[in-house]
Amino acid sequence: METLIVLLIGILVAVATYLILSRNIIRVILGTAVLSHAVHLLILTMGGLKTGNVPLLKEADAPYTDALPQALILTAIVISFAVTAFILVLAYRAYQDIGADDLDALRGTSDE
Amino acid sequence: MFSVTFAIILPFIIAAFVPFIYRRFKYMHIGWLVMLVPITLFVMLAMLIPSVAGGKTYIHTYNWIPSLNINFTTYLDGLSMILGLLITGVGSLVILYSIYYLSTKESLQHFYCYLLLFMGAMLGVVFSDNLMVLYVFWELTSVSSFLLIAFWNHRKASRLGAQKAMLITVGGGIAMLIGFIMLHNMTGSFSIREIIASIGDFTDHALFIPAMILILLGAFTKSAQFPFHIWLPDAMEAPTPVSAYLHSATMVKAGIYLVARFTPVFGGDQIWFWTVSGVGMITLFWGSFNAVRQTDLKALLAFSTVSQLGLIMSLLGLGSIALQFGYSEDSILYTQATFAALFHLINHSTFKGALFMVVGIVDHELGTRDIRRLGGLMTFMPFTFTVGVIGSLSMAGMPLFNGFLSKEMFFAATVQIMNAEVFSLQSFGIVFPIVAWVASVLTFVYCMIIIFKTFLGPVQPEKLDKPLHEAPMGMLISPLILSVFVVGIFFFPNLLGAYILKPAMGSIYPTFGDPANLTPDIYAWHGVKPELLMTIGVILVGGLLYRLLKKWKPVYGLLSSRYTFNALYNNFLSLAESKSTVLTNKYMSGLLRDYLVYIYIFFILTVGGFFFYSGAFSSALSMDAPIQTFEVILVGVMVIAAIAMLFSKSRMTATLLNGVLGYSIAIFFVIFRAPDLALTQLVVESVTTVLFLLAFSYLPDWKKEAVSSKTKLINAVISISVGAVVVLVALAVLNYERFESISTFFEDAYELAGGANIVNAILGDFRGFDTMLEVVVLFIAGLGVYTMIKLRAKKEDENIENK
Repeated sequence: METLIVLLIGILVAVATYLILSRNIIRVILGTAVLSHAVHLLILTMGGLKTGNVPLLKEADAPYTDALPQALILTAIVISFAVTAFILVLAYRAYQDIGADDLDALRGTSDE
Repeated sequence: MFSVTFAIILPFIIAAFVPFIYRRFKYMHIGWLVMLVPITLFVMLAMLIPSVAGGKTYIHTYNWIPSLNINFTTYLDGLSMILGLLITGVGSLVILYSIYYLSTKESLQHFYCYLLLFMGAMLGVVFSDNLMVLYVFWELTSVSSFLLIAFWNHRKASRLGAQKAMLITVGGGIAMLIGFIMLHNMTGSFSIREIIASIGDFTDHALFIPAMILILLGAFTKSAQFPFHIWLPDAMEAPTPVSAYLHSATMVKAGIYLVARFTPVFGGDQIWFWTVSGVGMITLFWGSFNAVRQTDLKALLAFSTVSQLGLIMSLLGLGSIALQFGYSEDSILYTQATFAALFHLINHSTFKGALFMVVGIVDHELGTRDIRRLGGLMTFMPFTFTVGVIGSLSMAGMPLFNGFLSKEMFFAATVQIMNAEVFSLQSFGIVFPIVAWVASVLTFVYCMIIIFKTFLGPVQPEKLDKPLHEAPMGMLISPLILSVFVVGIFFFPNLLGAYILKPAMGSIYPTFGDPANLTPDIYAWHGVKPELLMTIGVILVGGLLYRLLKKWKPVYGLLSSRYTFNALYNNFLSLAESKSTVLTNKYMSGLLRDYLVYIYIFFILTVGGFFFYSGAFSSALSMDAPIQTFEVILVGVMVIAAIAMLFSKSRMTATLLNGVLGYSIAIFFVIFRAPDLALTQLVVESVTTVLFLLAFSYLPDWKKEAVSSKTKLINAVISISVGAVVVLVALAVLNYERFESISTFFEDAYELAGGANIVNAILGDFRGFDTMLEVVVLFIAGLGVYTMIKLRAKKEDENIENK
């Protein structure tokens, strides 16, 4: 199972990297979203998969699965959402002010 | 009781307080207060003279980084005593002088802060026993010198001069650092005393000669030796008190000090002898040769300083030969050169300091220091004239002044070296007295230029901006005190010899027993000897050359200005700047993709490369959890969705596919026993998708990207490599079973935090602070989103950044 998920993570990372290397800003943002999916899966997989019960002490019996990666991922999901929202608005504002969604066109002037 | 460590630290402490004191006492010249520091230290050091003269040394160690063998060890012996007295003594006089030189309108808090910084750093250089500590202070003197040269930083010449001094001295300093590390590699110690004690076993070591050359590079750049001397004339852009203090009396002597300090380590070696004495001789000649043609008095003094530093350097080289012979009646004769070097070191500081102050007075009172505009100042500035003549005649090596004594000893040493029966000196040794004599003739000529062109001859009031008048008395005190020393040392040289020079000789020749044997009595008259004849020759030929100056000055026109070291330095600098601009522009393209490509390639090469190099890849399927059919289907869905994203023609499809990925992951979270994650993921994924769709109504539709297939191929290769590296690293981590998992700790969540949901307990309690900061991040992102949507630059503020 872990190996399978790791392979999936690899594909997701490759796709995300390819998207991030695009010129279109929406593709770049989608790339970061896919990358965060991959990373969440990666963190979870590193703790071992299906090694025990749900980490709810009153609901299930030991052994429990590793709860620490889950806590980390919970934080990561929220942060990546905030980041996605922020870049989306950044793209929106850049398009409003400069009129371009192409990263090559958004490139700064040489004397900046 | 006086501690040497205190002497180093005191200036730094006061330097830190200077800006605050300055703000408090705006109407008082802060120099008066600052002056107390060097005076205190000078008195404290002076009280130790008798015991140091008796052979006592003071060591104090403060453990700094013992694991790296770096300790803050201060060491006071005869040699550091000389430098310490010069730093604090000349320092006091220079500060007194600067009080009258700099008006309260200048940014005095900066000036005195830098000056104290320098003083502390310089004391640190001469009192440190640990090489690493010495190096730190050494570079700190370069830094403070940079700040002081650029004190009038609105002038371009000041900035360029500061840059030049900094680049050359710091460059040499780094070479010296490498030399120090080599020494440590050989001897296993950073302590100079320990290295001196054990170096005998390492003279055949492969690093011995490289270390010597590198350390000499540091000394030569600092002491402005040929061909690194070019920074010193440009450093004259500094205010004159700085030139008098750093660039003639103390900082440039740091290189001399270093050579003297390392004479017991490297002295006796043929390469050391020829490099130090040879470079010194070339510098002596070249400096004096160039000084004659200067029309700016300060530039003239700069070249004369270069020349005099060369003189001292060459004497140290000549004296080091005594270590080749070991201690005997004959070899003592060769140590006289070192004695003369130390003697001249002090003398030079006195007369050159006085001369710099004189030039500063002329510049300050009359607004120029160009000898073509000056003349006849004798009747208008009698005190300045007196000091100027005393300083010049002493520099020229005339009797009644201390320069005469050390100059005679210098001649004697160059004659003596011809008798040495090593290093083929009996055939080549003749070069030394000849160069020494020629350079002394030129020295005589430029000393006459100072006296005659400035103080004698016709007055040219029409060329001056200010009326002719004597300087205020306060400005004259310091140069007068120095000229008292110039004369005083001539009459009582042996007092200096017994108390100051004798213990220093002991530090340079630790194996030669009682330093009293190495300390000759200094006499002004010692019969008709070669050195006296040489001095008489200098006066005759020098006088003649000065009379005929106009006739032979065209010689300087023969020197091409294209092939000077200055041109070399400038070309190197502009070439380096233009090439690095081209290089930087090449990779700093301003394109996001390029920067990301660098990051990814770096990631692939370092992480992947390191794993490949160390063979850390491993995979074992045996530990895996079992796979069920629906899980395989889910993985298949995700792979298809991800790959389809790459080929989707519309942004809507791509966003929805991203949603597919997100919801599939939520299902995986359920399978992997993470219900909280699944819930959060579902909510967040829905909101994200909505957010994308919302943004699309404000953004243009996707156009077909005009990306060449070559770029696409490169992107694909990079993407696949990144994915592959992640897979390989992840597999290696999965099979890495070296540490116990810390997760079992959290299974006591109910007892520790009162929460049955472990994930919640971690977020809300164990890592509660982390969660709080996460909320702050969300808050900041929200603020960012809000401002980007709502706030607009008002029409009139549009170009606010261009104003």
